[in-house]
Amino acid sequence: MGDVADAAGAAIPHPDSEEDDLYHPHSWLTKYVFSQDAKVIGVQYSLTAISIGMVALVLSWLMRLQLGFPGTFDFIDPPAYYQFITMHGMIMVVYLLTALFLGGFGNYLIPLMLGARDMVFPYVNMLSYWIYLLAVLVLVASFFAPGGPTGAGWTLYPPQAVLSGTPGQEWGIVLMLVSLALFIIGFTMGGLNYVVTVLQARTRGMTLMRMPLTIWGIFTATVMALLAFPALLVGAVMMLLDRLLGTSFFMPSLVEMGQQLRYGGGSPILFQHLFWFFGHPEVYIVALPAFGIVSDLIATHARRNIFGYRMMVWAIVAIGALSFVVWAHHMYVSGMHPYFGFFFATTTLIIAIPTALKLYNWLLTLWRGDIHLTVPMLFALGFIVTFVNGGLTGLFLGNVVVDVPLSDTMFVVAHFHMVMGVAPVMVIFGGLYHWYPKVTGRLLNETLGRIHFWVTFLGAYLIFFPMHYLGLLGVPRRYHDLGQTAFVPDSAHTLNAFISVVALTVGVAQLIFLFNLFWSLRHGRNAGGNPWNATTLEWQTPETPPGHGNWGAAQPVVYRWAYDYSVPGAERDFIPQNDPTAVGMTR
Amino acid sequence: MTVALILVLVAIGSVVFHWLSPWWWTPIASNWHYIDQTLIITFWITGAAFVAVVGFMAWCVFRYRHRPGQTAHYEPENKKLELWLTVATALGVAAMLAPGLFVWSQFVTVPHDATEVEIVGQQWRWSYRLPGKDGRLGTSDVRLISGTNPLGLNPDDPAGQDDVVIDAEDLHLPIDRPVKVLLRSIDVLHDFYVPEFRSKMDMIPGSVTYFWFTPTRTGSFEALCAELCGIGHPMMRGRVVVQTEADYQAWLSGQRTFAQMAAQLAAR
Repeated sequence: MGDVADAAGAAIPHPDSEEDDLYHPHSWLTKYVFSQDAKVIGVQYSLTAISIGMVALVLSWLMRLQLGFPGTFDFIDPPAYYQFITMHGMIMVVYLLTALFLGGFGNYLIPLMLGARDMVFPYVNMLSYWIYLLAVLVLVASFFAPGGPTGAGWTLYPPQAVLSGTPGQEWGIVLMLVSLALFIIGFTMGGLNYVVTVLQARTRGMTLMRMPLTIWGIFTATVMALLAFPALLVGAVMMLLDRLLGTSFFMPSLVEMGQQLRYGGGSPILFQHLFWFFGHPEVYIVALPAFGIVSDLIATHARRNIFGYRMMVWAIVAIGALSFVVWAHHMYVSGMHPYFGFFFATTTLIIAIPTALKLYNWLLTLWRGDIHLTVPMLFALGFIVTFVNGGLTGLFLGNVVVDVPLSDTMFVVAHFHMVMGVAPVMVIFGGLYHWYPKVTGRLLNETLGRIHFWVTFLGAYLIFFPMHYLGLLGVPRRYHDLGQTAFVPDSAHTLNAFISVVALTVGVAQLIFLFNLFWSLRHGRNAGGNPWNATTLEWQTPETPPGHGNWGAAQPVVYRWAYDYSVPGAERDFIPQNDPTAVGMTR
Repeated sequence: MTVALILVLVAIGSVVFHWLSPWWWTPIASNWHYIDQTLIITFWITGAAFVAVVGFMAWCVFRYRHRPGQTAHYEPENKKLELWLTVATALGVAAMLAPGLFVWSQFVTVPHDATEVEIVGQQWRWSYRLPGKDGRLGTSDVRLISGTNPLGLNPDDPAGQDDVVIDAEDLHLPIDRPVKVLLRSIDVLHDFYVPEFRSKMDMIPGSVTYFWFTPTRTGSFEALCAELCGIGHPMMRGRVVVQTEADYQAWLSGQRTFAQMAAQLAAR
């Protein structure tokens, strides 16, 4: 290969060194099971995450049955109910959302979108998946352990989490903590890979400021996760020691059911700080990849350049940095020093500004666009509505004094489901409809996709929007049974029943999606290499699905940013990043 | 077209639901009207933002939907517009944050004349302690808890001898007198939550936390636990009775002090 000049005339550097040959699989086993191909690992991560996510979905049906129709289902007794909510929360946040965005989308898209042949450490990448799978299996094992899984709530607050008034004290909490530790180890292996790949393995011409926002989102989220997860690991290890060896990291002197326990001197609130030092960045670890992906979905399907790309990148980085100094807004009524409230309320509301900017830029991308209402675009629109709604209710909870009456009520449940449950899941679905053709070579069925979208979007909105008002009324969260409570009118119970019916309906609609996923594998319309006429590199591969090594004989060379849609004077309404034509953003 | 219409309906429907909802906060019974007012300001600002955003999005979907001949406008950046939007957002955020912080400073500043009241949580019930004639609560320690000393009061502390211990009964408070509620737990986290008072705080074993309020309405108010504390969490109920000064004093005179309670138990 000789030197290549980009359209602006600057020479694109010659490759520094010869390519190393990848480890090519020799058998079915090393091609599909113990694969070192990031694409296969991405699919493995995705399928595992979706499978365990189905467990979380079923758990949510069970808890909604109890909340909507208390007393009807004998098997959902208080211990079972608390086990369901705990496992639902933990699975959704960590084992589904984090794993799917970073392990799934990250693995599949990072090398492809950057023009790389694979991740830089393919073997470690493979290990990452298998350790993740082990973490999932340990988690599932707790369902079958004596006493069942832990029912401590997904926040696992001590001392409750390790005492006998909480289900799963015997085995459940131990398996949960071990599983989390494994997850973090597995994630760290993958995460280091994503970061080094983004920094070191971009193809020629792919400067950082030419990367698609999907990669910016995943990259920043990964850096954050590498910094935030260790806090959880430390917390988990210390709690494990408290539980198994009788240390007192988080355990003060206490009396349980009339018995003096041998703990003493520990700090329960220290765990909360460690947990949320991880837990709040975790919200953005899920949100930033969603922000990135939805930016690309909107730009592609509105045929318009993303508006204010540089601002979008800086907003992602700013949100990532700020998210490390807002954690204690989860703890306004935890009993920490009240003066913390001033600081954390201020930082929390400041983070709303870069977040709002991202929102404006999505809207301004739609504005004066050429909006194709494809299924991915519908999900992107659904994301905007639910994210705005959930983001705005965050301004209630972030503003310390307004949080006081609302904290620990259903308002909080409604808020975080809208903003980090429904909204990111909308993006996940949008992303799956968008990239499925690259993974399989076929499009998902569009009619089924539309039904799936409308039931999921409107249903989820009907579930969570009215729920805020239950919280405003004062209905507390994590109640197995409200029973007779003086200030709760009968109409609130009716609303709960309504929410449960809608939740079951939305749940069933997910089966349509699963069916579509399998049915379209054989019967979907042939997609070709670039069904959406997209500019980014993954759509420019020589084969679809891309082979091992992604690019055949030569890696692509990048001449422009990722958003040259509808460039005046161009032949078509998109110019791929590896197209050297002299129009568009080539500087 | 349909999509735009549904988006508009989502925005309008949300606003209509807000106005028609029979589910709204309980009538306030404390001095924290400011909290309610800040919440209302936040509703107005966020509500306007929500309708504006979804409305604009619906209009874009309608106006710029794909039709033959429709082309997108190519405009990578518009610094002026982005600057304006940043400034407008910052102002909106400041309009919510400023009153919020102002009210928070009141929330964390306990008036000097506030009476101290202790609430103790344990799986799964509440106990209370009032300071008695000397106006001071005696010291306590979890290690001192026993069958005869359920709250772990220090028997050697003279300040604690006249403390009124209320076990398995309702807490009574006089109206219009500020109360500093000291919170203590002897096992796990709990949170004493009376929706009508608007204020609440977790109790943490090993520490004493607090909040303050002034009851402004007589009546009987249900207290719940608002921090997951094990399988009995939803059953952990209590009751606060707010009374006129005279009724309160009448009730108080019928209560036992710690010294009396210890003497009775010793006599048995």
